[in-house]
This record gives sequence, structure tokens and C-alpha cells, in this order.
Amino acid sequence: MTKLIVDGIEVDVPADYTLLQACEIAGAEIPRFCFHERLSIAGNCRMCLVELKGAPKPVASCAYAVKDCRPGPNGEPPEVLTRSGTTKKAREGVMEFLLINHPLDCPICDQGGHCDLQDQAMAYGVDSTRYGENKRAVEEKYIGPLVRTAMNRCIHCTRCVRFLAEVAGVPDLGAIGRGEDMEITSYLESAMGSELQGNVADLCPVGALVHKPQSYEVRPWELSKTESIDVMDSVGCAIRVDSKGREVMQIEPRVNEAINEEWISDKTRHAVDGLRAQRLDRPYVRENGRLRPASWGEAFAAIAGKVKASDPKRIGALVGDLAGVEETYALKALMASLGVTNLDCRQAGEKLDPAWGRAAYTFGPTIPGIEQADAILLIGTNPRLEASLLNVRIRKRWRMGPLAVGVIGEAVDLTYPHTYLGAGPDTLAELVAGKHSFADVLKAASHPLVVVGIGALARDDGAAILSAAANLAKAVGAVTPDWNGFAVLQTAAARVGALDLGFVPGEGGLDVGAMAEPGALDVVFNLGADEIEIGAGAFVVYQGTHGDRGATRADVVLPGAAYTEKSATFVNTEGRVQMTNRAGFPPGDAREDWAILRALSDVLGKRLPFDSLGALRRALYAEHPHFAALDAVAPADLVATVDTLAGLGGEPVRTAFAPTVPDFYLTNAIARASKVLAECSSLARVRGLEAAE
Amino acid sequence: MANRRLAPASEQPQHFAFSSENAEWAKGQIEKYPEGRQASAVIPLLWKAQEQNGGWLPQKAIEAVADELGMPHIRVLEVATFYTMFALEPVGRFWIQLCGTVPCDSCGARELKDMLQGRLGAPGHVSADGNFSWLEVECLGACCNAPMVQINQDYYEDLTPHSLNALMDDLAAGRPVKIGSQVGRTSSEPKGGADTLTDATLFDGSRVGAWRKRFEDKADEAKGQDEAASSEQRAASDPKPAKPDAGRAEHTPKTDAPAQRNAAGETPVKPSDTADAADRTDSSAKSTSKSESAATVVAEAEAAGAEAGTQSSLPRSEPPPQPIASGATEGEPVPSDKRN
Repeated sequence: MTKLIVDGIEVDVPADYTLLQACEIAGAEIPRFCFHERLSIAGNCRMCLVELKGAPKPVASCAYAVKDCRPGPNGEPPEVLTRSGTTKKAREGVMEFLLINHPLDCPICDQGGHCDLQDQAMAYGVDSTRYGENKRAVEEKYIGPLVRTAMNRCIHCTRCVRFLAEVAGVPDLGAIGRGEDMEITSYLESAMGSELQGNVADLCPVGALVHKPQSYEVRPWELSKTESIDVMDSVGCAIRVDSKGREVMQIEPRVNEAINEEWISDKTRHAVDGLRAQRLDRPYVRENGRLRPASWGEAFAAIAGKVKASDPKRIGALVGDLAGVEETYALKALMASLGVTNLDCRQAGEKLDPAWGRAAYTFGPTIPGIEQADAILLIGTNPRLEASLLNVRIRKRWRMGPLAVGVIGEAVDLTYPHTYLGAGPDTLAELVAGKHSFADVLKAASHPLVVVGIGALARDDGAAILSAAANLAKAVGAVTPDWNGFAVLQTAAARVGALDLGFVPGEGGLDVGAMAEPGALDVVFNLGADEIEIGAGAFVVYQGTHGDRGATRADVVLPGAAYTEKSATFVNTEGRVQMTNRAGFPPGDAREDWAILRALSDVLGKRLPFDSLGALRRALYAEHPHFAALDAVAPADLVATVDTLAGLGGEPVRTAFAPTVPDFYLTNAIARASKVLAECSSLARVRGLEAAE
Repeated sequence: MANRRLAPASEQPQHFAFSSENAEWAKGQIEKYPEGRQASAVIPLLWKAQEQNGGWLPQKAIEAVADELGMPHIRVLEVATFYTMFALEPVGRFWIQLCGTVPCDSCGARELKDMLQGRLGAPGHVSADGNFSWLEVECLGACCNAPMVQINQDYYEDLTPHSLNALMDDLAAGRPVKIGSQVGRTSSEPKGGADTLTDATLFDGSRVGAWRKRFEDKADEAKGQDEAASSEQRAASDPKPAKPDAGRAEHTPKTDAPAQRNAAGETPVKPSDTADAADRTDSSAKSTSKSESAATVVAEAEAAGAEAGTQSSLPRSEPPPQPIASGATEGEPVPSDKRN
């Protein structure tokens, strides 16, 4: 620890801190543009200058280490002045230089109102210019469909280049030219390929990179901001939903160190326009082969007539990828009251059973726990597409120090170096038998981590593969009382919550595959399951938000609320319980999903015992107490679970693991309704074809 | 400096690959760096690619270098656009890089720029005969001999619009030209020859121990003589041989040092030197009549130096080794009427 005096306040900080960090600890605010605490230090904007006693000139505090400060003549601690006249003059000089070439277009700039340069110019700017020459003019660049450029405004902080190179791990952007002519661009103005590219616009301290889809649409002061949770994947990123009136205008990341730090994927951010398009805003009933708009009463009457005429054994219920815990609980309660046992939430057909224990379907080590792992084996998963922010965490771990990563499954670019071991269960069997060299790497590691993806489980021999993976985890010492090195990486936001509720076939019940068979059932309740084709013969009641595959197949459509329009509980892949908040109301006649089921239960004569969301949650928490602990991961007995899994046995077939996410941008109904994501998807497809050539 | 962009697609070759000889050379460059640091060889490889491609870097060459070194294309593009020594568009047979940074600018680079603009048009374009293209660049590190240009791999210094024009005519006609200073000075010596460190006593060792004499010769001090003058006088009249003292030319001093002149009873500093050292009132590059008189001064000084045997014997006056000239060869000096 090193003592130093900041503005007369003595602080004691670690010697490897920078002056900027030390000043912040002392409560001094340091303006900055290029410095970002999650990126490497560039030290090129010079806005963070401070006066250091004894130094001949002001120093850039972001790039000056505390240990490099010299003590005073009599051994006094080094003294830093962040509010002195010299400091202020130096920063004003920097600001004046920055503004020489910065256009005065704040009134038409999308960054206006949340612009670092604007804010700091209020403190350090001067009201007029001494610069009589023409300002620099820089050509606009095309860098993709998500980020619009206004390069005249660029102040060359290089945050965007550093983010993509360091966090996202792709070389999409670079700085060409030099000095005044330096320009940020992608190679020959090709579209950026990162699934995290939207973050560069967040990082941009000025309006040079702004979000293209909401260009000229929003002003930060006219938005109402709701803190919520993302449901596009199973990671559950912390987001802020910004809405204007009843429309969601944009989604921005929130800081959650345990999950997404401060990044979100492009799908999370730009599914916004999907929330407006293709929405189901009134009930529909199929008549003469066509869906026609109907009233709630007509729709409920049609369902009640069909259900009352059917045997409970010929009724089934499915839960899709975006359903909250509340509606799943309500649906389960309704089905239980009808005596239905054909329940399933495992839409992809993954062989997971909550009876094996919670650790059998959650990401045991948790996302921050990845940073402790020193060898990772990925089985049948491509975390870059299935859980982008989890992949960012693995990359972060790789940047911290040596990390061995092995991949079984599809050969993909994970943005960090890895060893490709093989395509399918054969390789896994070799590892279990200890015949593969990577088995030794895992054994030698002190914190080995085995990650099983849905690609390895959503097949008939999924249980056998899970068992083999559990055996491997046991053999390499990944499962100890101190270290949870066995993880299942889910792909859907709803899955862990539904499995926690036990939304799986009861005694003698059919699973998802059997229910989808033609003629298997008479009535199917489909709560937002859009990724599955339900066979002919069944009367399908689809409750969801978008006119997607599920609604097309349905006989009765009940319009529900999307994740930004309701307060719902979601459990992420770690088993972390989180809750969304309502940022707006569902469109038209659409209602919150639990309320639809409650109303339907009345019509069916099986009234559910709750009249409000509060009452539903009281009942839910009484039955499943862990849902009440928000933002916490309930502890699971991993050792026992892995023993159970290892004992399952079974002989896997030899086919290779299939990719779970064929198209990152189109994984659910909301994303498929988004034009922006459709454009990203077609660009990604072209890139894929070019790469294959 | 303008924005640097790749040449338009119409001028880009469809394909680029290192010749087998260059590929071998590139391999040698890459091997200089430890495993995982191959990207360090990017500048030598770009140089070679530019050389092979007739003096400019096409897109395919940038990509070939990137692939060779395992670098993303954008990273190599960053390097290629950073340095003006990499030409991104086709250049003439003689590619003129004109230094426009402050020392050259204050010595008349602007006139050269106007001349080039007048003769060749806007920078970055190849002249109609394919001989020339030009570009204003930042400091090339020959400020002593400002203003200067780099043509292909050679420096041409102490230029005036007239001499640059003549130089370009000679290059275009294939006549031999002189590399380096165009006013005949050696390396970066002052115009008019060396005028400092010319005192022979600095080099013959006679000053060694002069300080000791100061203490020994108390009597001299009592006489009120100037210490320095006395030691200098002694050094001039009774030079102390350096060791080893065999066969040094300084035994018969022929230099024209102030101390010697003082000892001989003449004024220590020649009036002509005083006049020469006085501040100039106008830029040397501006008036042709002034430059001509400067040239005669230089010529005289050279002749005097050669007679005195000082300049030619000093090893520092040897011209530094020049790279193999492309189009320009070391030959007969340019006739004096073409110099300025």
C-alpha cells in the first residue's frame, strides 16, 4: 500500500493503482474520454491531467502509476492536485484542442444529452473558439447495420477499437492514417462481424458512433427508464428498457458484475423493433381453416368446449423459451387441476430431468466462477452464439492468464485459442477413458470445468452423453466440495425456471417429442413454444406475443405480454433468480400471461387460487422458496447430482453434435420479428459463405 | 498530408504474391523475431512488397503480407496508411517525396512545392510521361540541408526550385545526377565549409595539461597576463606533441587558427570571417544573386580547405555510404551553372 495526498486528503492505495484510481478513492472526479476501466489504458485523450507536485508538467492520471510518484523532499507522501489552477488550465487546453475539430452539431447529434464531451465541455470548455481555420472533415464510414458513423465528431479515443480487439476478440475496427488524418474504420468499410458490436456505440464518448436503428428517434431526456432483465438467451443480462409513451425505444446495458459486466449482445439490444412488429394484439379463433379476430369470451369458450370434451390423457401443455416463472406456474397449476400429466418445457428435446437435482441443468460454477477455471472443456456448445456474454467471460479469463480450452462438437471461432478435440461422443468417450491427451490437461488443472451444451443433450442419447460428461468431470476432479466444475449451458431464458417448477411429464405423461407427434393429443396448450412443429390432429391453443410459427399452427390464439410488458421472474443458466419490470403495456387486447391463464381457469371451472400477481407469487414462494431470493443462486448439491448422473450410464451413438443455434440473430419469435436482426442475419450468412469459400 | 486511401479498384492488380526470391528474404525477416511475434516483420515485408510492385502497395499486397504474418488485414492497413513511405497508389518512375516540415518550410520548401505543383500538378498523380509523381511528407530527418526531397531511395538536399527543376530534367533524361547536397557542401557541414573546431590545437594534444601550467606559472599570472591567452600562445609557439608523437602533420602546422594568428602578431579573427559570421539578412534560398555569391564562397572555401589539407584529411568529411541509386548515379559533379 502506498500513501499519497489527493487534494489534501491522504489515501492509502495499492502501489499498482493508477493516479486516476487513487484520485477516485479520494473522492475526486477525474474527467476522461479514452480511459475505460474495462479496457486497456491508451492515455491518448489527455483529459485526465492532474498536477503532481514535483513533476515538471501535468501528468495523465490514467496512465501514471502510484508507485511511480516520488515522495516530497522530506519524505512526505506524493501530492496530487485535481482542482488546482494548473490542472484546470491544462484540462481547458486539452478541451480546446479537442473542440478545434469537433463540429458544433449537438442539436442534431444523437449523443446529445448523454455525451461525455458535452458534459465535460460544461466544466472545461470555453465559450468561443480561437481557431479560424476550416475544421477537419472526415468521410462517413459504413461499418454495419447497427452502428452509424459521424466521423467528424470522432476524438480518436480508440475505445471502440480496443473494445472489439480486447473484449469481443475480433479485429473488426482499426485506426488508419495518422495524426489529424487518423480515421476509425473497418477493413475497406466492410460490416463489423461481432455479435457485440452495438457496445462500441455505448462506449463512444462522443456522437461519432451511434446506434443506427434508433437514429434521430430518441432523446435521452424524453425516455422513461426501466431496469429489467434480458430473455434473448439464458444468461439474463441486466438491461435498461427505455420507453417513450407506450413504445420501447431502446435497450441499453446495465452493470451487473456477476453476469454481463456492462456489455450486451446485439440481439439483446436490437430486438426492440421486434417488440413492435408482428404482435398479437387480440385473440384469434380458427374458423374454416382461417384465423379470425375474436373476443376473449369467444376464444375462451372455444377452448372450454374442446377441453371439456377431451380426456385429460389426450391434453398436453408446452412451455416455450420466453415464458416467465409466473405463467409457467399458473399453467402447471391449471393442468394439475385438469389432471393433465403431459407437460414439457424442454422444447429442444434435451434430456434433462429435474429429478436428478438442480445441478444437472444449471451452470454450476456460475459466470464469475469461470474466472477461477484453468482448463475448460466445451461439449456440444458454441458459447459465442448460445450465450455471448458467457463467452466474453471465458475470453476475459483467457486474457488473465494461461487457459486451456477444448472443444467437442462443431469447429467454431470462439474468439480465443482453443483445441479442437473432435465432433461427437467418440471423443468424449476417449476423454472419459483417459486416452486423449486433453484428459491429462484437465487432470492437471486445479479448477477444471466441463461445460455441456444443449447440442449434446437435445438428442435421444442425451442422457448417456450427460452421464459420460459427469463421469469425466468426476475423473478429472472437477467436482469437489470446493469447486463446482460441472456445468450445463442452457440456451433459453425460460428453461431453468420451468425445470425448477418441475414442468416435465408427470406419471405416464408424454414428453415434448411424443406430444408433437401427429394425432398424439387432442388439445395442446402452447405457452410460447415457437421452435417446435406440432403435428396434425391436435387442437392447439397458442398463448404468446408474436404471429410466429406457434400462432400459425394454432386454433385459438391468446395474445400475451412480452418480457418488457410484464413483471416476470426468470432464472438464468446459473440458476440465478431475476425479475423483469414492466416498461410499457402489451398492445391492444393482449394481457399479462398469468392473468390470461387465471381467466381461462375460471371458464374451465377450475379457478386458480390467486387473483393478483402478488397472490400468485405468495403461492409460488410458499411452494418454491428459492424464487423469492432475487439475484441469488440457490446452492445445489453438485457432488450428489454428478454421482447420480454418472450412474445413469447408457451408450451414446456416434453421430456428431449438432449446432444448437444455427442463426444467432433469429433464435426466438421477438428476434425473428425484428427487421434489424434480419439484416444482421443475412449479413452473417453472407460472411459465413465467404468464410467457407 | 491528405487522407491516405487505397488506390481505386481499376488500378489494383488482381493478384499479388512475393517472388520466390523475395519470399525467401521475407522468411529470413520473419525468423528474426521469436515465435508469436511475427507481426514485428510487417514493415520490412511491406517495404519488399512495395519494391516488388514498382514502388507502390496494392490492396492484394497488404492482404498477402497480413496472411503471411497471421495478422488481421485491418492491422496491416493501419501500418500501411500510417507511414507515407508506403505509397498506396501508383507512383512515377521517380517518386518525389518533398519534406514540408518546419525547417524545410522555413528554408524554402514552399517554393519547391509551388514548382512541383506547377510542373506536375496535384500531388499523388503520375505525370503524363510516367516519370514523376510527388507528395509532401513530414520530416525526413535532413533538416541541416533543408530544403530537401527524397527521390526513390536517395536524398537531394539544399534545393532551390531551379536546381530541383534541373535535377528532374536530368533524371528524366537519364543523365547522371549528384546525390546529397546540390550546392556542393559535404554532408551537413555549414554552408561555406567548417567554421568551428578548426583550431589545430584542439587536435594536436597541445592543450593537454594547459590547466596545470596555470598553477605552475604563478609569475605569469603576476604579470597580469591572461591565462588563456598565455596558454594559447604557448601552445601555438611550442606545441606539445601528442603521444605517440611520431609523424603527425601538426608538427608543421598549416592551419589558420586564431591562436596561431595571435602568436604571429596578427588579429586573431580574420575580418572576412567576422563578416561571414554576421547574421544574414535574407533567406539563402530567396535571391539567386545571393546564392551565386554563396556558391563562390563555398567554392573558395573548398579550394582553401583542399590547399590547407585539413578538410580532405578529416575522416568525418567522407560522404556516408549511399544506398544503390535508382536512376541516379554518383558521377561527375553537376556543372556549376546548373547548380543554382
